[in-house]
Amino acid sequence: MSATFVGMPGFPSYPAFPEAAHEAVRDETLRGNLRHATHTIRAKRARAVAEVSDWAALREAGRRIKDHTLRHLDRYLVQVEEAVTAAGGTVHWAVDAQEANRIVADLVKATGESEVVKVKSMATQEIGLNEALEAEGIRAYETDLAELIVQLGKDRPSHILVPAIHRNRSEIRDIFRSEMGEWGRPAPEGLSDTPAELAEAARLHLREKFLRAKVGISGANFVVAETGTLVVVESEGNGRMCLTLPETLISVVGIEKVVPTWRDLEVFLQTLPRSSTAERMNPYTSMWTGTTDQDGPSTFHLVLLDNGRTDTLADEVGRQALRCIRCSACLNVCPVYERAGGHAYGSVYPGPIGAILSPQLRGTGSEIDASLPYASSLCGACYEVCPVAIDIPEVLVHLRERVAQGDQVTRGGNKVVLRPAKGHAAERAAMRAARWAFTHPGVLRTGQRLASRTRRLHPRTLPGPGKAWSGTRDLPPVPAEPFRDWWQRTGGGKEGTK
Amino acid sequence: MRVALFLTCVNDTLYPDTGRAVVKLLTRLGVDVDFPMAQTCCGQAHYNTGYRHEAEPLARRFAEVFRGYEAIVTPSGSCGAMVRELYPRMGERARAEGRGDALARTLAPVVPRTYELTEFLVDVLGVTDVGAYYPHTVTYHPTCHGLRVLGLGDRPLRLLRAVQGLELVELPGAEECCGFGGTFSVKNPDVSAAMGTDKVRHAESTGAEVLCAADNSCLMHLGGTMARLRTGMRPVHIAEILASTEEEPAL
Repeated sequence: MSATFVGMPGFPSYPAFPEAAHEAVRDETLRGNLRHATHTIRAKRARAVAEVSDWAALREAGRRIKDHTLRHLDRYLVQVEEAVTAAGGTVHWAVDAQEANRIVADLVKATGESEVVKVKSMATQEIGLNEALEAEGIRAYETDLAELIVQLGKDRPSHILVPAIHRNRSEIRDIFRSEMGEWGRPAPEGLSDTPAELAEAARLHLREKFLRAKVGISGANFVVAETGTLVVVESEGNGRMCLTLPETLISVVGIEKVVPTWRDLEVFLQTLPRSSTAERMNPYTSMWTGTTDQDGPSTFHLVLLDNGRTDTLADEVGRQALRCIRCSACLNVCPVYERAGGHAYGSVYPGPIGAILSPQLRGTGSEIDASLPYASSLCGACYEVCPVAIDIPEVLVHLRERVAQGDQVTRGGNKVVLRPAKGHAAERAAMRAARWAFTHPGVLRTGQRLASRTRRLHPRTLPGPGKAWSGTRDLPPVPAEPFRDWWQRTGGGKEGTK
Repeated sequence: MRVALFLTCVNDTLYPDTGRAVVKLLTRLGVDVDFPMAQTCCGQAHYNTGYRHEAEPLARRFAEVFRGYEAIVTPSGSCGAMVRELYPRMGERARAEGRGDALARTLAPVVPRTYELTEFLVDVLGVTDVGAYYPHTVTYHPTCHGLRVLGLGDRPLRLLRAVQGLELVELPGAEECCGFGGTFSVKNPDVSAAMGTDKVRHAESTGAEVLCAADNSCLMHLGGTMARLRTGMRPVHIAEILASTEEEPAL
């Protein structure tokens, strides 16, 4: 990990994407782990999707449901609040990470407890809830297997669905052996790296946490507005334990997770498992509506989190990122993610979706956020697999424009004029010069001829910034004459072809 | 039919052989092809790097230069995709910015008339056997914008399969990006090179002599990588293969 802490405590500053990726592409173990994992899931997803004859229609329905909901989010959020309250829950509104963390910490403290069990949740990762609770003397235990590996390894998640994708089995065994004892029940003697033994070690370690915990913390994949029902979709069953055993349940949910009706939910329960784990249906789908006497937690709090979402919604091109259902199909298919790994994205949201979410939720002010829109070859594989049809390349280009040229954006509900990010002056000048040459063909032609006449003098490698190309690739040889000269000289090839 | 060749700035400057091959091929198929001398660049690099406003005059220029033609043929999947997919989007954005319909109206006529070369051959001329002869082992890399934006599908493969003497071998991981990505190749050189190296290794594993694609910008990146890795494989644009005949073979 190369993150260094500057400025706000607990707010890490990450290096720009190309620098972070520079290290990652040279890490042979990481490359091998990622290649194996992404290619396996990529192929499985393709098979799971190909089975569904109306996939294109489901994808379009998902896109429309999300767009409709986002357009009327004000109405649906109030509906959620009314329904959850009527069902015995309490709804809190958090404008940003700090406020959400404050609310959750106060709610936990009010129970008198100093530890909580957690269901895997992107929203709580996004706001750094575990660290915020730690600062208040509350220990948060991750119970998802991969999140456990990350937590025990004092690591950062590198994937939305499989946060420990960058780790192989023997690395996981080593982490379990050396760290489990610090957090609770130690790893069994002589633990091997077979999947069954690793899973059993995690199961034993976690069981005592499930049975002891009085407070559970979760996110939600969906919130159904018409009944105020929260939905968590998972594979391991740890979520079910956290959602049912504790006395108090606190759920932190991004405001874009709302769907209007159960009929709408049906679409996503088909597209999400197939897109994420390549399963027809995930093993555990938990749904709860407020509280129920003698059944599950007796106290339920829903914290609705904005944290940049309303500002993102104000952007006509960028708002489609809020359709995201966190399936990770775009990560698994992305050739850049496969080589650079998730940590290079400097966010809990890595990969193509992270490259468009982070610079919108956090703004483009930091080095990493200003570099993320360029962390793509625009190959379009992400858009092709997205189950809610987010045109990620379109948003990337839109954000590049913001970084390179400046923009008017919404921050905290107010219109703000952004200046171009630092370091783009030379590029801007080059683009302007190229545009000038291309609108003056005489200039272009002079340049082409000059290049052709001096071609014997051209080196095969370049110094300085040119090394970015020629460090790994030869320069193309310049031909004796550009096409247009040949065309003119030969009358379009009709007067001899040489 | 009045057919114009939109060669693209990269091909005009660095790959004139591809341009000559398109002219030779289309002429052989009975198409009278013109090369409007006023053409320059479609503006793709500007647009995709975040300089949409610099790309607009280039798009307007493109529309004016090619307005009078019934078909505009380009041997580049990504420049074809720029015109077909992104010109309409530029018009929409201008409208959304309160600049009216002028840009959208100027660009609209050239959008549906622009064809990538293999599309033009298969869809417009209705040919897959273009009478070519190319006695080499070839593997084909479908470039991303041709594959995913234009949806070229198996058109290039059908054309290659019909070439006399050509042995086509399948490229493992064919649909994965080669890592060029325009300015991506220099803004993220490490990842770009890693992707390029993997693509070249896959191509090498086929045992083919030639790596073929329908876009010279990707081939520039892959060719440069192959030369550096001393693979002995050659990058060749599909137009040069399809133009090659027994009487006048391509190199």
